[in-house]
Amino acid sequence: MTIKQLSVFLENKPGQLVEALETLANADIDLRALSLADTADFGILRVIVPNPDHAFNVLKEVGYIVMINEVIPVAVGDKPGSLAAVLRILADRDIDVEYTYAFVSHSKDRAFVILRIASENEFAIKILKENNVTLITEADLFEK
Amino acid sequence: MTDLQNNRLVSQVKHVWDNVPYYKNKMIDIGITPDDIKSINDLHKLPFVTKEDLRDTYPYGLLGVPLSETVRIQSTTGTTGKRIIAFYTKNDIDIWEDCCARAIVAAGGTKEDVVQVAYGFGLFTGGPGLNGGSHKVGSLTLPMSSGFTERQLQFMCDLKATILCCTPSYAEYLSESIEEAGLNDKIKLKAGIFGAEAWSNEMRERLEKKLGIKAYDIYGLTETSGPGVSFECVEQTGMHVNEDNFIPEIINPKTLEVLPYGEEGELVFTCITKKAFPLLRYRTRDICVLKRDDCSCGRTLIKMSRLMGRSDDMLIIRGVNVFPSQIETVLIEYGLSANYQLVIDRINHTDTLEVRVELSPEMFSDTVRGVEGREKEISENIKKILGISAKVSLVAPKSMVRSEGKAIRVIDNRKI
Repeated sequence: MTIKQLSVFLENKPGQLVEALETLANADIDLRALSLADTADFGILRVIVPNPDHAFNVLKEVGYIVMINEVIPVAVGDKPGSLAAVLRILADRDIDVEYTYAFVSHSKDRAFVILRIASENEFAIKILKENNVTLITEADLFEK
Repeated sequence: MTDLQNNRLVSQVKHVWDNVPYYKNKMIDIGITPDDIKSINDLHKLPFVTKEDLRDTYPYGLLGVPLSETVRIQSTTGTTGKRIIAFYTKNDIDIWEDCCARAIVAAGGTKEDVVQVAYGFGLFTGGPGLNGGSHKVGSLTLPMSSGFTERQLQFMCDLKATILCCTPSYAEYLSESIEEAGLNDKIKLKAGIFGAEAWSNEMRERLEKKLGIKAYDIYGLTETSGPGVSFECVEQTGMHVNEDNFIPEIINPKTLEVLPYGEEGELVFTCITKKAFPLLRYRTRDICVLKRDDCSCGRTLIKMSRLMGRSDDMLIIRGVNVFPSQIETVLIEYGLSANYQLVIDRINHTDTLEVRVELSPEMFSDTVRGVEGREKEISENIKKILGISAKVSLVAPKSMVRSEGKAIRVIDNRKI
């Protein structure tokens, strides 16, 4: 019920993001979702791609510091308050969310959200399921 | 002067041979005895003493008199393992204070002056040295120590201090505080004796203008006594060395050969009068030039230039001796690459240290909190070892500037 997310360390300097993205483009890697955390000194690029292990090797070979970790993808209704409702469920059970990012799905009435949980994913998934949150699969994510 | 130096050197070499087994063995190792040293022309035959020797013999190994004859220690600002302790007899302190008194007189000091000593007091030699020197001149001495700026300004105004002794960076800080407090009209300073840090002519001009003084450089190091080894006169074209107590030489730090006057090299001192900690041919690691000229002040003492750098990789940051290798040790403990850079700057008169190190895959995290947490952890460990705080920045692999294939380890942006 989790999927693999690829994270790349970038320095906060002009051209760093585009170079990393070009590396992925040259290897014909399609980005399904992207989020960027930035500080004054560095950035962390996080992407969801169809074959994360392959993308990991592509980036690593040219010298990037990369890692893969498991995140939880959920679907929410495309209407006001639906993401807040999901986060409320987690907050009420003291489950910390490190970060989250949303992106569109190919169907009109829902959006996808990636949840990066600070603690164990298993417990968060159990709680989400109990509250009828729609957890999605890789197949859902990459369907065109 | 040469006769005096010859006599003092010959008797000092005997003193060391008779009382410091460590140095005697060094002489035996290269096959010389005190009989080989008949004048200063034989100085080059003597073995060098280095900082490593001082560490190896810590604390008593280079002591030249029984402990009961010593009356004080002073110590360097260095960190654990690098700390150096120097011992003094009553007479050694007397000589040292004389040297400082000469520096005050050269800066125009008389018994009519009020000398504000804003160097630190304690193990650091700055405060005690100038304080003693000022007593010898007969000036009213304000033993302020460093810090407590408001109190410094109050005493400076109320007691009409005429000579200020402190580090150049603290002088700069004081000058700004005076301006901010609108006290410029109440300041009676005429001279400043600034040392213990490298500073430039530009800084001198700024201080002279802001404080309405003449600013004089002073040099010394704990190992040879403290401040007052050399000092500037009104001509301000180099520091006169107190040659009756310290014989200077300039050597090539690689070949160790003695260089003629006028050439740039490492400064070496032989202490010919002090008895408790009698260093012969001590390598200071400071790079400068010696010159003998006809100084308009009338002093015939040889002059040394401002310091041009150091022959080892030691950095002085906020008065603390820092060796890049100490930082490297911490980084390696964290499994980080040896690709690092130390960026030093001076912001608001305070030295700052940034340690930039290439990130390793194990140190990476997908969260900002994770990466910054690692930086903080390393920074805390550096503080534990060096005693100063450093900003740690993890950078991308291979992002360090390299020159001729070699990494540039130290970038010193301090405008001195």
